Amino acid sequence: MKNLISMRDLSKEDIMQLMDTAAKIEKGEIVPNMQRKLAALLFFEPSTRTMFSFDTAMKRMNGDTIIMSGAKNTSAKKGETFADTLQTIAQYSDIIIMRSPTEGAARYAAEVVDLPVVNAGDGANQHPTQALLDLYSIIKTQGKLDNLKIGLAGDLRFGRTVHSLAQAMAVFGADFKFISPSFLQMPEYIKDDLIEQNIKFEEFKDIEGNIDDLDILYVTRIQKERFADPEDYEKVKGSYVLNKTMLGNVKDNFKVLHPLPRVDEIHTDVDDTKFAYYFPQAKNGVYTRQAIISILLGEV
Amino acid sequence: MSQVKTIKVNAIKNGTVIDHIAAGKVLKVIDLLNLTGDNSVMLGMNLSSNKIGKKDIIKIENRELSKEEANSIALISPSATLIIINDFEVVNKTSLEMPEYIEEHIICPNPKCITNSEEIPSKYYINNAEPATARCLYCEKKYLVEDLKIKI
Ligand SMILES: [Zn+2]
Repeated sequence: MKNLISMRDLSKEDIMQLMDTAAKIEKGEIVPNMQRKLAALLFFEPSTRTMFSFDTAMKRMNGDTIIMSGAKNTSAKKGETFADTLQTIAQYSDIIIMRSPTEGAARYAAEVVDLPVVNAGDGANQHPTQALLDLYSIIKTQGKLDNLKIGLAGDLRFGRTVHSLAQAMAVFGADFKFISPSFLQMPEYIKDDLIEQNIKFEEFKDIEGNIDDLDILYVTRIQKERFADPEDYEKVKGSYVLNKTMLGNVKDNFKVLHPLPRVDEIHTDVDDTKFAYYFPQAKNGVYTRQAIISILLGEV
Repeated sequence: MSQVKTIKVNAIKNGTVIDHIAAGKVLKVIDLLNLTGDNSVMLGMNLSSNKIGKKDIIKIENRELSKEEANSIALISPSATLIIINDFEVVNKTSLEMPEYIEEHIICPNPKCITNSEEIPSKYYINNAEPATARCLYCEKKYLVEDLKIKI
């Protein structure tokens, strides 16, 4: 593996190698040393959490970071091309970790520079490190990735995270329940891909009553702004809020995941149940990113 | 009943004929092939065809199109056939194959795609299923080939 650009590029074996490395790093069985290694975090679109997670991953391995955040391109005003910006930063650092609103930006960056490039999100396209940390959270709680029953709830239309997760879990033969308002359903192109792979899915409009046979429920936020009429939002909102009373008959191994930040789609009364896993999930993000950086820099 | 075939475009001695181009697409093909050099080019539009109803045709004198050049025409008109002429004789007649990979000729319809904000050629992988689809290497969006705009 030279870069991490898209989940599409990863074989099942690549994914399992990453899972294995993250687990060994978490247990302290391998201790990658990034002393004198510098990661350039180029965030052409701000995302504090993802940036902190990568920053933490690098620093936990004694590495360091340089950070560019917010502006689309600090040199754009001076007329510098994107390729030149990348080439320049490549002179300073050992690995480039990049987030951009432009789709395909990370793929292009990997063509331009000789360093490993990690895609930390490119518009509505890919966010592979999020998908991998989700997989790591699933394998940690379920002991396997194969043949699980996964519920995805909330905004399934615009949510890049749920798209990547559906595609990634399809490789492992998952069985899905998609739970969303009708106009925020999983897009046709994702469903077509699943049908092509003989993956089963069903669609529902309520969380309540549809989670008792699940191994994982992955909840995402529904943004009020998606609704043309705010009253419509108020009407359906309740169907996509998970609370403790809904958890009475769930399976023993059931876990609730969420990419965070949460607003009100998971009631805080779920937090102290054994089913809540969203905060450990964020911590898993650090182990997963440590594993990715270590593998790309040949340190494991 | 016998059908009378009328030759509406003159024969060429040596070169390439692209026949059975979907009617109305011939100018796009000419642009795609960049036929602005020294070769004589003859074209016919809206000719009757037993095979596809109405067709367009191009005859290019003294130039033998490569398989790749010809196959890129499949993006515009998959029905087209390629005929190589040598001394007024047909020496080779083949139907086009949709290419697996196309650089530069496709304009990515996704406005957020990097190929639309940087000066870089698009790169597309074609899946020659029925109907044919194409996926952008950069933004990874998938489109029907027939819906794509070809850069000219
Ligand atoms: Zn594109």
